[in-house]
Amino acid sequence: MILAQAQTDLRLDANALDYVLVAFYFVLVLGIGYAARRSVSSSLDFLLSGRSMPAWVTGLAFISANLGALELIGMVANGAQYGIPTVHYYWIGAIPAMVFLALVMMPFYYGSKARSVPEFLFKRFNRTTQRVQAVIFALSSVLIAGVNLFALGLLLEALLGWSLIVAIPVAALIVLAYITLGGLSAAIYSEVLQFFVILALLIPLTIAGLNRVGGWSGLKELVTNSPGGAEQLSSWPGTSLTEIANPVLSVVGIVFGLGFVLSFGYWTTNFAEVQRALSAKSMSAAKRTPLIGAYPKALLPLVIIIPGIIAAVLVPQIQTLKAGGTTDVEYNNALSLLMKEVLPNGILGVAIAGLLAAFMAGMAANISSFNTVFTYDIWQDWVRPGKSDRYYLQVGRWITVIGCVLAVGTAFVASGSGNIMDYLQSLFSFFNAPLFAIFILGLFWKRMTGTSAWIGLLSGTAAAVLVNILVTTGVFPLSSQAGSFVGASAAFVVGVIVAIIISTVTTPKPASELGGLVWSLTSKEDRVHSSDGEDSGWYRSPAVLGGGVLVLTLVLYILFS
Amino acid sequence: MTNPEDLPGQGHSAPVSKTASSLFDLRTVIALLFGVYGIVLLILGLVSNTAADMQKTGGWDINRDTGIAMLVIAVLFVLWVRLRPVKAPTPEEIEAAGDAGGPPSH
Repeated sequence: MILAQAQTDLRLDANALDYVLVAFYFVLVLGIGYAARRSVSSSLDFLLSGRSMPAWVTGLAFISANLGALELIGMVANGAQYGIPTVHYYWIGAIPAMVFLALVMMPFYYGSKARSVPEFLFKRFNRTTQRVQAVIFALSSVLIAGVNLFALGLLLEALLGWSLIVAIPVAALIVLAYITLGGLSAAIYSEVLQFFVILALLIPLTIAGLNRVGGWSGLKELVTNSPGGAEQLSSWPGTSLTEIANPVLSVVGIVFGLGFVLSFGYWTTNFAEVQRALSAKSMSAAKRTPLIGAYPKALLPLVIIIPGIIAAVLVPQIQTLKAGGTTDVEYNNALSLLMKEVLPNGILGVAIAGLLAAFMAGMAANISSFNTVFTYDIWQDWVRPGKSDRYYLQVGRWITVIGCVLAVGTAFVASGSGNIMDYLQSLFSFFNAPLFAIFILGLFWKRMTGTSAWIGLLSGTAAAVLVNILVTTGVFPLSSQAGSFVGASAAFVVGVIVAIIISTVTTPKPASELGGLVWSLTSKEDRVHSSDGEDSGWYRSPAVLGGGVLVLTLVLYILFS
Repeated sequence: MTNPEDLPGQGHSAPVSKTASSLFDLRTVIALLFGVYGIVLLILGLVSNTAADMQKTGGWDINRDTGIAMLVIAVLFVLWVRLRPVKAPTPEEIEAAGDAGGPPSH
């Protein structure tokens, strides 16, 4: 950075009306927390919404819990840097895994009546596996909540001029207020509201941006003549994204690396996501949850990646950055710089509300899954079993408070790390990839034993941590993005191999205890869902919804090939 | 903080409650949010659409049109609530839900 250069002003020119619009959103969110509170009468109400949510609500919450601000800012940044190839994160990296979760795994999750992913592991394997996973999950949730909170603090600091010391605790307090009041219902309802507010940010932003550059054809022309070139307008082979020069290998890397290990690992085992489906009111609604989320997920790149591409040709600082010049902005600033560039007051207030909502939803999803796992898997099944339900409801509320306090602490820890996206990616490779390995093996191989599960889990995590150390110390000459992919693959392979070896020398659970938990021991009747009453109609059929979203994705790929 | 005495006492096997979804209708909240946002943006777009604002969007009255779109969404949600109101669950349905989706008994 050249010091003589004028500092880029990232602060948005929000006026009083914009703040009123932001404040109105938060009044509604806190109102939801207050109203939801009256319906909380048991720990299941508080931690799993009483398993009573309709599918459209859980489906939108499912996608919203993932549509945190890190995702939003990161993907706009990727759009600005790489262009159209960023769509792979959505179309290969999410949709197939979401369909798989809905059609193949949900019958086991929801059907087992487990209240959390660790509890499912107890049913399939043993107590030790449950406890190992519960502790790992609690740890990773608090760390990730801290990352979200830190990013929110950065946003408040950059856009509104608040200092981090003030912004982080204030944001934590608001999240705390609505979750402690209303539990998961409040978190889920707020996520649905947040989904709509984020669209109210993204859609006008995209249209106004396109208007500025002369529509889609104008944008294509500008991109072709920009440093990225026409390559940034087609999704395949995506060599710039994968950093693999050979086009064929690049495609293989995208399909297997992004599409299989990372994406299936994330979508099928991440409890912050799965919890939304577990709160659905029937098996059919639980299956439809990831599918209803998949439709917006397939369409979101149109209003996330395209604004990123527009920012790269419209915002002078990003143009300089892309041309390799010196500037004091990063790609991560693309979203807020574009908002500053094209949104006048009024809609700007709505946009700020949407951004703040996205940050809080990310943190709320972490905290609301953390309190469930802590209350059920660590406290009720391990530390203090056999108390009344009311006691566990109180534990759930208090652990929410403690989780938020810890997140404030880990937020300041995250503020010490260099690049938060890299930090987050390596956390996923540590915790999600090994879990996915033992999950898949346990689902399809009835001989797999409990001992092998937790040892496989820990070995997988150890492998990913080792790869991470080798990459950061420079022993492996890889970029951090490629490093976390190698780490996730290593965790998966080591997890599977260790679990297979240990399974052959230990005793499996008897087949009679594995009905509904292992594919081959579950009769077809136990996997089907009801199709009458509120679950009737062809448009509510999970198979039709799943096929539909795959066709939609294919059409989108053809349009942007 | 929540006062524990406010809460109805729950035994070891708390019944599955259907009230969590039927207590208030999220669709009304969405309609309220977009209704208020829509009116504010529409008025703003009609009365104070400055040349500087128009320059930002490339000559598009973004507040007016977004306001109109939000009001349309608000009306659609109100219609949805009117046409398909949330039914209070009957005792039989609560019973059935308790069998189908209840917590595992410990």
